[in-house]
Amino acid sequence: MPQLVSIAGLSVAFGGVPVLRGVDLALEKGEALGLVGESGSGKSVTWLGALGLLPRHAQVSGSVRLEGREILGASAAELDRVRGGRIAMIFQDPASALNPVLTIRKQLCEALALHRDLQGNGVKAEARRLLDLVGIPDAGRRLEAYPHEFSGGQIQRIMIAMALAGNPDLLIADEPTTALDATIQAQILELLSTVRRELGMAMVLISHDLGVVAENCDRVAVMYAGRIVEQAPSNQLFADPVHPYAQGLIGALPPLDGPRRRLTAIPGTVPDPAHMPDGCAFAPRCTLAAEPCGLAAPSLAPIADDRSVACIRAEASRRALLGVAAE
Amino acid sequence: MSPPLVEVSAVSRSYAMRSGMFGRSTAVHAVDGVSLTIAKGETLGLVGESGSGKSTTGRIVLGLEPPDGGEVRFQGKPMAAPGTAAWRAQRARMQMIFQDPLGALDRRLPVATQIREPLDIHGLGTPAEREDRVRELLRAVELTPAHGARYPGALSGGQRQRIVLARALATKPNFLVCDEPVSALDVSIQAQVVNLLADLQAQLSLTLLFISHDLRVVRQISTVVAVMYLGRIVEIGSADDLFARPEHPYTQALVSASPAPGRRSAGRIVLSGDPPNPAARPSGCAFHPRCPRAIARCASEVPALAAVGGNRQVACHLVAGAATRDAA
Ligand SMILES: Nc1ncnc2c1ncn2[C@@H]1O[C@H](COP(=O)(O)OP(=O)(O)OP(=O)(O)O)[C@@H](O)[C@H]1O
Ligand SMILES: Nc1ncnc2c1ncn2[C@@H]1O[C@H](COP(=O)(O)OP(=O)(O)OP(=O)(O)O)[C@@H](O)[C@H]1O
Ligand code: SF4
Ligand code: SF4
Ligand SMILES: [Mg+2]
Ligand SMILES: [Mg+2]
Repeated sequence: MPQLVSIAGLSVAFGGVPVLRGVDLALEKGEALGLVGESGSGKSVTWLGALGLLPRHAQVSGSVRLEGREILGASAAELDRVRGGRIAMIFQDPASALNPVLTIRKQLCEALALHRDLQGNGVKAEARRLLDLVGIPDAGRRLEAYPHEFSGGQIQRIMIAMALAGNPDLLIADEPTTALDATIQAQILELLSTVRRELGMAMVLISHDLGVVAENCDRVAVMYAGRIVEQAPSNQLFADPVHPYAQGLIGALPPLDGPRRRLTAIPGTVPDPAHMPDGCAFAPRCTLAAEPCGLAAPSLAPIADDRSVACIRAEASRRALLGVAAE
Repeated sequence: MSPPLVEVSAVSRSYAMRSGMFGRSTAVHAVDGVSLTIAKGETLGLVGESGSGKSTTGRIVLGLEPPDGGEVRFQGKPMAAPGTAAWRAQRARMQMIFQDPLGALDRRLPVATQIREPLDIHGLGTPAEREDRVRELLRAVELTPAHGARYPGALSGGQRQRIVLARALATKPNFLVCDEPVSALDVSIQAQVVNLLADLQAQLSLTLLFISHDLRVVRQISTVVAVMYLGRIVEIGSADDLFARPEHPYTQALVSASPAPGRRSAGRIVLSGDPPNPAARPSGCAFHPRCPRAIARCASEVPALAAVGGNRQVACHLVAGAATRDAA
């Protein structure tokens, strides 16, 4: 069975400056994959690039297959069918994704008319059902309201309703619960996973919240500076991160109990994409960096059946392990 | 003791919400009788349900929006009337960092220009001094002049939020309202911004009203935390103590629902019932339809915020009841 989506060597550059540098990711039907990583590491660009949503001046290369069929560079008409139909996306800036001068009903119905074979009253009933489904109280009346009349959390529910309008096989949720408080976040994530199970929908959850990703995804990929640096089943990644960046990420989480301490922020900033260091992009911030790290960029290599890491130290220890095993 | 920098007394704000095909208008009580004080140099964390009125409270405290009732005093004085010179002077001392950094920035202007904007508006310094100040501010938020030359669209979320922070600090305010300032950032950058905010706060003796849904971040930065539910404060107390021993059933659910790596959702208090609807505020304790501990009285009687010992105040019949029993 082919993968639902498989991305290979996806690279994106803006004005000759590479920001995505060879991303490989695969997703099975119905699977939930978490994508975490430094701000600016290319989490959004990966999916914007894959779905042909980047501005024209972006140079995109590599391969993106939807059930084996290449969609990178596909015609505008084909991409329109894919987006909002087979693959839906909830964007990071929900407020700017809704039209402020149209009622929620107008916008939901538009999405429904575009991707579903529904007419007249059917469209309206479905719009109402979707609002109900995402837990907007008093859905019938609230359909007539404008975006500014909803709170941030309610807007995000509406975005989810819009995304579900096309019955997608894959939902890409870019920071879907960022502005919500915990009990509603828990309900929305619960909602997403219920919908996901019912529809057999796969999901990519992009989030800065490691807790959210840990609880809602089967597998997690950690991105840094335009590459994936570690990929593992959720529980393993959080119990035992291997890549120094993944370790730092988990250590930077403020504790909810016990004594307060100054956070152990990873020092420095993400390297400027225009001035990428030679070798491992994390080296300038890595406390474990050694001389070989500056020579060649480590590639993502398996360290176990379902885990892979891009770090020279991990490679070395794997080679040592393999060496021992060969004897 | 010096008076608090910010004193909010019983402020309320409702919006008329049009709904239904007859355009019937319903009053939404976004904020309903909120009182709080923030001492100089302190951080008050504000957490609560989506739509509970946190942002509205923030806007009222800053005088961006007038309350329908109640009063806000800043440095012991009532807020000046909007548009007056006194109001502008007061406003330069207080700034807001918004929930949505992209929405807060103008997509058509380089970000350095936007950092300079408040200096231009308030006529602070010569043009050359303003340029220096912009460079200084970029450095303070750990960005370079090269970042300053970019447009918001060409920066990542974390970079944008630091631009917003730099702009807010331009007029050297002593009070900042931060509305979800780090929510859109990933953890390692969040840690930096939280550390940066704490450092700047200490250096500049800033007073903060810090609005966030992230309990971890709120605990990290706040001295005192207030929990809001449907426009009212339901619990307030010192940060460490409040999260270690939440008293109000809503706070208990909130703390329990905070996701943690390495923990699956088992053993969590999951609230049932509809999400709260500010346009149809439940009678009595507004939390009662979702409250796992509600008793008959909760549906009819509004619990008042009452001291329960230490500096903790709780608005719950059960908790207040315990206090009454103790007193008896
Ligand atoms: N239109 C654009 N033009 C130029 N550079 C861009 C553009 N869009 C994104 N970038 C750059 O591409 C890089 C990756 O951006 P992306 O938005 O994918 O980051 P991200 O991982 O989603 O970060 P965040 O967590 O902050 O959302 C960043 O360095 C960003 O500045
Ligand atoms: N301009 C407005 N017109 C009508 N209703 C409004 C307006 N602004 C806010 N509201 C309503 O007031 C209530 C409180 O909104 P507010 O934005 O203060 O909540 P919040 O606690 O900041 O929520 P969130 O965590 O989702 O940002 C909500 O029900 C919202 O729909
Ligand atoms: S390759 Fe070297 S610099 Fe990069 S993460 Fe591993 S140890 Fe650190
Ligand atoms: S007053 Fe009643 S409904 Fe409200 S929180 Fe307390 S027990 Fe629950
Ligand atoms: Mg992004
Ligand atoms: Mg808000």
